[in-house]
Amino acid sequence: MNRPFTTGQAALALAIAAFLLAFLVVPVGTVIYVAFTEKGTGAFTLVNFADFLRTELFVRSFWNSVYVSGMAVVWASLIAMPLAVLTTRFDFRGAVLIQTLGFLPLIMPPFVGAVAMQMFFGRNGSINLLLDEHFGFKVPFMEGLNGVIFVQALHYFPFILINLSASLRNIDRAMEEAAQNLGCSGWRLLRRIVLPLAMPGYVAGASLVFVKVFDDLATPLLLNVKDMLAPQAYLRVTSIGITDPMGYVIAVVLVVASVLAMWLSALTMKGRDYATTQRGGGGLGRRPLTGWRAGLSYAVVALILALVLAPHLALLLLSLATVWSFAPLPDAYTTAHYARVFGESSVYIKNTLVYASLAGLIDVVLGVGIAYLVLRTKLIAREWLDWAAMAALAIPGLVLGIGYLRTYYGVTLPDGTPLATFWIMIVLALAVRRLPYALRACHAALQQVAVVLEEAAQNLGATPARTVRRIVVPLMAGGILAGFVTSFATAAVELSATLMLVQSDSDAPLAFGLYVFMQSPAGRGAGAALGVIAVVLVALCTWVSHIVLERSQRSKGAV
Amino acid sequence: MSAAGVSISRVNVSYGKHRVLKDVDLEIAPGEFFAFLGPSGCGKTTLLRLIAGFVQADSGSVRVAGDDISRLPPWRRDVGLVFQNYALWPHMSVRRNVAFGLEERRLPRAEIERRVDGALDVVGLSALGERKPSQLSGGQQQRVALARTLAVEPKVLLLDEPLSNLDAQLRVQVRRELRELQRRLGLTTIFVTHDQEEANTVCDRIAVMSEGVVQQVGTPMALYTRPANLFVAGFLGSANLLEGRVAEGPGARRFAMAGGGSLPVLPSAEVPPGARLVFRPQDACLAEAGDGTDALRGRILDREFLGASVRYTVRCGAVDIAVDAPFRSGDAARETGQEVFVTVPAAALLFVPT
Repeated sequence: MNRPFTTGQAALALAIAAFLLAFLVVPVGTVIYVAFTEKGTGAFTLVNFADFLRTELFVRSFWNSVYVSGMAVVWASLIAMPLAVLTTRFDFRGAVLIQTLGFLPLIMPPFVGAVAMQMFFGRNGSINLLLDEHFGFKVPFMEGLNGVIFVQALHYFPFILINLSASLRNIDRAMEEAAQNLGCSGWRLLRRIVLPLAMPGYVAGASLVFVKVFDDLATPLLLNVKDMLAPQAYLRVTSIGITDPMGYVIAVVLVVASVLAMWLSALTMKGRDYATTQRGGGGLGRRPLTGWRAGLSYAVVALILALVLAPHLALLLLSLATVWSFAPLPDAYTTAHYARVFGESSVYIKNTLVYASLAGLIDVVLGVGIAYLVLRTKLIAREWLDWAAMAALAIPGLVLGIGYLRTYYGVTLPDGTPLATFWIMIVLALAVRRLPYALRACHAALQQVAVVLEEAAQNLGATPARTVRRIVVPLMAGGILAGFVTSFATAAVELSATLMLVQSDSDAPLAFGLYVFMQSPAGRGAGAALGVIAVVLVALCTWVSHIVLERSQRSKGAV
Repeated sequence: MSAAGVSISRVNVSYGKHRVLKDVDLEIAPGEFFAFLGPSGCGKTTLLRLIAGFVQADSGSVRVAGDDISRLPPWRRDVGLVFQNYALWPHMSVRRNVAFGLEERRLPRAEIERRVDGALDVVGLSALGERKPSQLSGGQQQRVALARTLAVEPKVLLLDEPLSNLDAQLRVQVRRELRELQRRLGLTTIFVTHDQEEANTVCDRIAVMSEGVVQQVGTPMALYTRPANLFVAGFLGSANLLEGRVAEGPGARRFAMAGGGSLPVLPSAEVPPGARLVFRPQDACLAEAGDGTDALRGRILDREFLGASVRYTVRCGAVDIAVDAPFRSGDAARETGQEVFVTVPAAALLFVPT
């Protein structure tokens, strides 16, 4: 009988496995090893974990992290769902604009968003100053955990929007029409047919949001919320030292909690085959919106977009402000911050473009490879690649950074510098961190390609490798592009891993520069200017990719 | 294209514990138009996909033109499969779809263009080469799928329910075209269908399948007139099945129906033990008078006008018997409730093992 796989497939699997082993498994394994060993002797011990459970602060931090992540998912869903449904299912004026604006929060590091949001929604921000003046009360948008939830939901909802929109676009029109034919319409149709069919996208997006919020370090720190798990890990490592086991123990707890969340989401979706498009595309029919529905829809979208744009507007104002404090708007305006940024910090921008593009490229190549191996071959242990790549989600960037340092500091380049300080390591860390997004996008895209289209190619003489190149990849193009953009955009603003790995200013990416600037009140203007440049830059890339996506959809004849 | 025979021997396929194909043996002659016929779930599509290499057999072999292809991957088998839903690639134009297999064979560009033109010409779609599949009707998509497969000049053509996605009128037309095309090209063709009329009208020979087993192989007429078992008898056309036993009387053999009444049987008729009596509705006749020894007495329960004939359902004792009476313009039909006698010529009676 035939072998269940070809040599090429086996080689591909081995290459991917080697990459994941070197840049994910071994560094993280090192961190876990430290958590379970006694400081100094290296003997196995559980004492560190007992200490964790005995410390009330750590336990409280854990539950705070769970609460914040859960609420962030709820709010992110409330924002993403109307946008996704309205723009994919109705003739909605400005749908492209909404989808593009919907991506905006992603391209701003959440901690920058946090600083900017303080200017608008903080206790003495514009909104509360105005409320207090006219109505005599304030709303605690940004107080304690609320602030983290608010900022995170606004920052991460695009993950749900992207995945949900892609799923919605891939539903066969006949699915909807069959339901309408059987007497189902409106909300019931949405609830019973459309949303269940879009579930794979939604669950993928929602679980990403949960885990990202769970891991995020910089946002709570900048909002001065310290009793959450990630800040606790960071504080231990930075204040007590890289050899203190407690930071590693918290890291392991973070990892376990995140793995659990991912596993639960995978369990929900197990065995659901949602490849509904066939025979030359299709997609849902778009209907016109009329009357009060249109009015209501535009109102909802306007409110959401106002929220989405708030941090950006605040950032823009901050970048142009001379002084802005205890006032709804800045006192006076200047372009001096931009002059300063372009003068001394253009290397940040160049580095960011290079790092994020390389990371995105690595991610889609690995993503397509893994998705293909998992969905289309019978290779032994192929799911392990998928699990390993997805496990990166559960690894806080900080942990990965420390892992790289500990693992590769001893390895030296020919000129004697440690491998861990070479800028390529930043790219690799970014690639590993963002791989799950690209992989999910590629996986979902491949799931939507009917297997019979590949069988047709093989029947006509195409080898599996040729089938991938000529049929699978072109048909996945939309998903691959979405994966690349997500990886690129998020890698461009990644901070936690790079914070550990950047050794010199000339190697630093934009987010690092931002963070440095944002630390001092005097640097906020320049930091904001850098933020605006980042937003414009990545927004431009996203917009271009969106245009390309639309065009490729049209050329496939999805009328 | 030189025609190649297909030889399937002792093939077993199972999905987990479920045995999908059981000891399938088939010989398909070069140039033959052959059908796998059976109800859904009978294993016919699995058998087709096995020939194409998309299903692995647990045991047994598939030979094409004498060469064992069981171990070859799908892309080296050179058997052209036309998929039920056509599987046209939505991102390629019609021409690119048709050219695909030729490009994979690394043919020179000019040769590819020539053969694409030829294939599109064969299916009558020369004018639509630059369209995308989604801009074509179902019938046109099917022709593209056919052209795409024919372009590579496969040794064997496999058609998976090729007519199932077409409307009734188109189905009859495409059926004829397929038959005509197959004769012209002399290409060994295997056609999977659940529709006995399709198989009967198009194919030289048919393998009737049920529950993973080939029940009988033969020409449409042979299967119809000499079914090997009750499944084949019932699946190909309408059939009356009667339980009873054959009594050897003095000078005459008679079939005595379980509920009463009997019919004369030819002395030469073979009656396997436990066999049922089978006869076709159009072989039976209705008469006003008769007796219980050479006819079955009953009452007309229902009447369906079919144009060329009228189908009467006659209740004889506990069983309902279908009788087709030819209809000519001006004939008067019998009324329901009327008492009648059903007679069947002894030569039309078949005894089929269960």
